[in-house]
Amino acid sequence: MIYFIIFIVLIVIVIFFFVSIYNALIRLRNQVKNAWSQIDVQLKRRHDLIPNLIETVKGYMTHERQIMENITKYRSQAMNAQTVGEKAQAESLLSGALGQLRVQVENYPDLKANQNFLALQEELTATENKISFARQNYNDQVMMYNNKIQMFPSNIIAGMFNFKEEEFFELKDQAEKEVPKVSFS
Amino acid sequence: MWELIQSNKRKSLILFFGMGALLILIGFVFGSYYNSETGGAVGVFFAILLWMILSAVSYFGGSKILLAVSGAKEVTKEIHPQLYNVVEEMKIAAGVPYFPKIYIIDDPAPNAFATGVKPENSAIAVTSGLLSTLNRYELQGVVAHEMSHIINRDILLMTFAGMMLGAITLMSEVFFRGMYFGGGSRYRSRSSSKSSSGQAQVVIMILAMVLAILGPILAQLFYFAISRKREYLADASAARLTRYPEGLASALEKIANSTYTLRTANKVTAPMYIVNPLKKEGMKLADLTSTHPPISERIKILRALQQGIGYKEYQKIYEMISGKKEKIIPDSALKEAVPAMPLQSAFTEEKDFNPVEAKRQTGDILMKMNDYQFINCSCGVRIKVPPDYNKSIVVCPRCGRKHSINI
Repeated sequence: MIYFIIFIVLIVIVIFFFVSIYNALIRLRNQVKNAWSQIDVQLKRRHDLIPNLIETVKGYMTHERQIMENITKYRSQAMNAQTVGEKAQAESLLSGALGQLRVQVENYPDLKANQNFLALQEELTATENKISFARQNYNDQVMMYNNKIQMFPSNIIAGMFNFKEEEFFELKDQAEKEVPKVSFS
Repeated sequence: MWELIQSNKRKSLILFFGMGALLILIGFVFGSYYNSETGGAVGVFFAILLWMILSAVSYFGGSKILLAVSGAKEVTKEIHPQLYNVVEEMKIAAGVPYFPKIYIIDDPAPNAFATGVKPENSAIAVTSGLLSTLNRYELQGVVAHEMSHIINRDILLMTFAGMMLGAITLMSEVFFRGMYFGGGSRYRSRSSSKSSSGQAQVVIMILAMVLAILGPILAQLFYFAISRKREYLADASAARLTRYPEGLASALEKIANSTYTLRTANKVTAPMYIVNPLKKEGMKLADLTSTHPPISERIKILRALQQGIGYKEYQKIYEMISGKKEKIIPDSALKEAVPAMPLQSAFTEEKDFNPVEAKRQTGDILMKMNDYQFINCSCGVRIKVPPDYNKSIVVCPRCGRKHSINI
């Protein structure tokens, strides 16, 4: 009888642990999904801002056609990207091109004084920041989720229910670190 | 983050009921002091009443009262896009679903506070002085600090702690006043009772005196201790959110160097602010009666976060700098599985931050909030028309052009 009770108690404890680990995995996975949708929202916002930006800048920046063409090209690439990796690559190229544009603005005092442009610049800065914070949050969530999947004992339950590791959203180094070239023409 | 929030909620609940129990005890002792037969019950009744009223007021109306007292006005994205964006950035960094309301207080002293017992109805208020002295990244640091108070449920904890402090102080005050104006009933009950209950009377009397004297002092020290720890924790969380501790550090430096004092702050609202609005620098860490840790130390810790940003690092550096073993970050945060994050390679510093321009812009924003009208004259002058200007035409002071005002 006493063994039976111990057995039941053990079973209950095991089930309890099982359920709590499973729930934790679900919670983490949902957090990852949610964090990803946050990035998506911000990326889309940036795509929406770009035509407006180009329109405002075009009249002033006559020598910077190449940069503007790049921005338009990378924007459409980014909008058509499918996987996390592809998206990260296209978006980082776009970030690089926008950074170059920002450096060039220094050469156009009229543009810098334009009220419309100033408002746009604040929006652009904010959107860039939001993207990077959303990315930071996403990567944190992915790390926590992946850790949980790899670590014992949660890895057993993760294996049973087919929880798969998620991909980090990393900006490719060359675009991130590349110092925009400044030409004084 | 999750464990931290759970632990803070638990603490708040314990504090809430602990406070209730303490109040009832005090009520009973004080009541018994005046009348040994029925006084206890009366005291308990009033204690429960006080507890319920205070809880209801601070839970449902606390933040509104605080905002009204400080004269804060709500701002929208149209009025101050940068402030709004910075708050949204921090919301995204924290990955939380709620968006705090944003308020501006018209005061030249740079400071900020967060309020709202529930994160869904929370608010962040900043002074106009803060907006005109800080650049974007410093503002971001301050907002991250305030956002951390909201996310960590510090406000809930501090509200209940503040309530407890208020209730205990109030009761001991009532007790002393009652004694001063003659505890007539005490003598009557003593003369009528026998010597055995007289002894109990003496015990109750001593107990009541001790509680009345020590209660408020202990409650205050307790309150201040919690408040100081919460400030450190919010700094650590802010560094984690922005990954750029220098922003907050240099913001704190600017705030500390400001010579203005906040007009609307008082003893009760002081712990809510990012930097103590009442006291100036120069206090020691050992100062038990201070609601905030010394700014210089907070700055030093933030600047020393070089290896990585995490709660563990923050605690380690605190111990190094202050030379104390005191735990300032709760265990629930320390055991969190998130490893230290690498420092965000410094943002491109805003080179073109111009203090004069910032001051002028903040002034314009305040005027806009107060229903001023702006008219751009074609000679380049910007005319600001106050809302109580009652003529239909305004003349440009430089070129003499007449502008009609639409009311």
